[in-house]
Amino acid sequence: MMMSHFKKVALTALALCMIGAPVHAAEGHKYPLPDMDWSFEGPFGTYDKAALQRGFLVYKQVCSACHGMKKLYYRHLEALGYSEAQIKTIAAEYTVMDGPNDEGEMFERPARPSDKFKLPYANDKAAMYANGGALPPDMSLIVKAREGGADYVYGVLVGYTNPPEGVVLGNNQHYNKFKSGNIIAMANPLNDGQVTYEDGTPQTADQYAKDVTHFLAWAAEPEMEQRKQMGVKVLIFLAVFAMIMYAVKRKIWEDVH
Amino acid sequence: MGSNSDRKPFNNKTIEWIDQRLPIFTMLDKEYGKFPTPRNFNYFWNFGAIAMFMLVTMIVTGITLAMHYTPHANYAFDSVERIMRDVNFGWLIRYIHMNGASFFFIAVYIHIFRGMYYGSFKQPRELLWILGVTIFLLMMATAFMGYVLPWGQMSFWGATVITNLFSAVPIVGPGIVEWMWGGFAVDNATLNRFFSLHFVLPFVIAAVVFLHVWALHVTGSNNPTGLDVKGPQDTLPFNPYYTIKDLFGLIVFVAVYAMFIFFMPNALGHPDNYIPANPLVTPPHIVPEWYFLTFYAILRSIFFDFNPIMLAGFGGIGYYVAKVVWDKNRTDYFSTRNLIILGVSGFLTLVGFVGAFFPQLHIPLTNMVIIEAKLGGVLAMFGAVGLLFVLPWCDTHPVRSARYRPLYKAALLFFVAIVLLLGYVGAMPAEGIWPWIGLAATGYYMAFFLVILPILSKHEKALPLPASIAQAVLDEQAAKAAKLAKKGA
Repeated sequence: MMMSHFKKVALTALALCMIGAPVHAAEGHKYPLPDMDWSFEGPFGTYDKAALQRGFLVYKQVCSACHGMKKLYYRHLEALGYSEAQIKTIAAEYTVMDGPNDEGEMFERPARPSDKFKLPYANDKAAMYANGGALPPDMSLIVKAREGGADYVYGVLVGYTNPPEGVVLGNNQHYNKFKSGNIIAMANPLNDGQVTYEDGTPQTADQYAKDVTHFLAWAAEPEMEQRKQMGVKVLIFLAVFAMIMYAVKRKIWEDVH
Repeated sequence: MGSNSDRKPFNNKTIEWIDQRLPIFTMLDKEYGKFPTPRNFNYFWNFGAIAMFMLVTMIVTGITLAMHYTPHANYAFDSVERIMRDVNFGWLIRYIHMNGASFFFIAVYIHIFRGMYYGSFKQPRELLWILGVTIFLLMMATAFMGYVLPWGQMSFWGATVITNLFSAVPIVGPGIVEWMWGGFAVDNATLNRFFSLHFVLPFVIAAVVFLHVWALHVTGSNNPTGLDVKGPQDTLPFNPYYTIKDLFGLIVFVAVYAMFIFFMPNALGHPDNYIPANPLVTPPHIVPEWYFLTFYAILRSIFFDFNPIMLAGFGGIGYYVAKVVWDKNRTDYFSTRNLIILGVSGFLTLVGFVGAFFPQLHIPLTNMVIIEAKLGGVLAMFGAVGLLFVLPWCDTHPVRSARYRPLYKAALLFFVAIVLLLGYVGAMPAEGIWPWIGLAATGYYMAFFLVILPILSKHEKALPLPASIAQAVLDEQAAKAAKLAKKGA
């Protein structure tokens, strides 16, 4: 993510130097994204379970009003450090439609860990109708689906400012420094004190943004920790194997060299 | 009496029993055991084996993915995510496959460069080379269709852009496109047939690889000197010398590949492909995968319609190239007659261009369109691949290796730089100066094959060649020893 960000800046700079063309008005102004120090970055990166749990809380209490996470099941929350009983309780807070039962009727019941996250709207049309025509994107893959990844998602969450002079906002439009194109339909979602943290972490909008981004990064790449840990082992193996093979090769070629 | 009579028996009874009936062990021993291989390969010669390893990797992971994938417009994206999240080690299989496409192309691009640099495409290996370019072409088709399968935004829009290219073909174009789509847009029918073809084409590739390797074993390998093998002192048995060297190179290659799989699996992809396909929302920049960028840039470098004046100019230049440059016995490049041909056609080309870009000048005939820009781009792109096929007839210089051809070496390395530059241009939006840079680079790409190589074939004086491969190896060792001695002293 760092690399692609750097590349983008470098390419943009190069393009501007070479052609001196004006930046497209429609594309908005590009501010460099904040370069955050995430615990999940780097080859040994891991998720911070406390941050994941706080992030889930922010998602649950704020974001999930409009944004679904279609790819997640309640059982996935085990990775956040919740116990089976806790997950059962969390799931049971939601009511889902099941059926048809033996009489052919659909019926409602409390959600179970094996259920998918409950979606805020019945379908995209309903979501757009409720949001003035804008479709709140699904959050399952948002960190993977945006140039800049976690830095971008965090940036958008803290990037709300007054529009610069000359930018006229329409109805249902907001100015955001980091959103590509700068115009966003979502109003600033996070405010200080909005979500109550039990663990003494500062209850600021900035902290909420960090935590929920952490949670979304996990949601996009739940396999990340396993992947990187396996990668370290694989590379150590390959390095040793390569050295042995090189030694064998030297030995075999000794008489011809 | 079968064709199996001059076989040497094996000591192992089981092997002997099989070999009497099907001499597969005799064949293996001949082609991969004793097979006489030039003794002076450098590490560029690893990439054939590496490409073979990548093909097998792609087929094995691909078959596994196909067990879990659903080729339906409504379910494809979700089924890929299910592989990533719920299938045991599904993420691993998919990341191996996804990055495998890139690393397959890396291996093959280096392999192609090797062939060009050391003149491996030349007599008697022309057919071997053509089979190789055929594999490359099949790989491009396979990779393109594979990229469509996750049914993300880039999948969908990439498929839309590339299939639409065929609509540039006069008269039958739009019909061809609908026929390819199986409908009136890229949709479920398209996804289904792409899945089917993506599954089967790798086996066609494997078959052509078999022919490629067969042809290789008929002529034997080229080598860094480009000299023919003159006797046993020039060669080593393939096993153990090259089995171990290939294995070592392969592991180093796989280590780099593994870094991508485990630590930056999406670095070579595009974030937009994690957004489900949406026919109603066009991404701001539709960019193909990196390995297509060079050809994508060539496609977009023809951004103007061809008018009759321009074509007359090109025709004149083409006549000059065909009659003067390509004629082995002619050196009268700048005779008065030829200068007139060049001058007139150059002038016509210039007028054609000026007329095309400044329509307000109303230059006669320049408002007439003979070949539309889109068709021109498609022709240029396919032409760029097509030129690879005829490379053995563009470069007919008797010396193979660029080691002894300084001018060819310079022209080729500049060609590589141009290919990389085109790749960069392909990633840029088609605005400002980029299409012009693309046009100039495309010009060099074409001229390299059609003008520079024939001229060098006629006139380049090669450096003195070593007497044999063995002599070259001895010379190198002597030079190395002298250098060491100098350092020690």
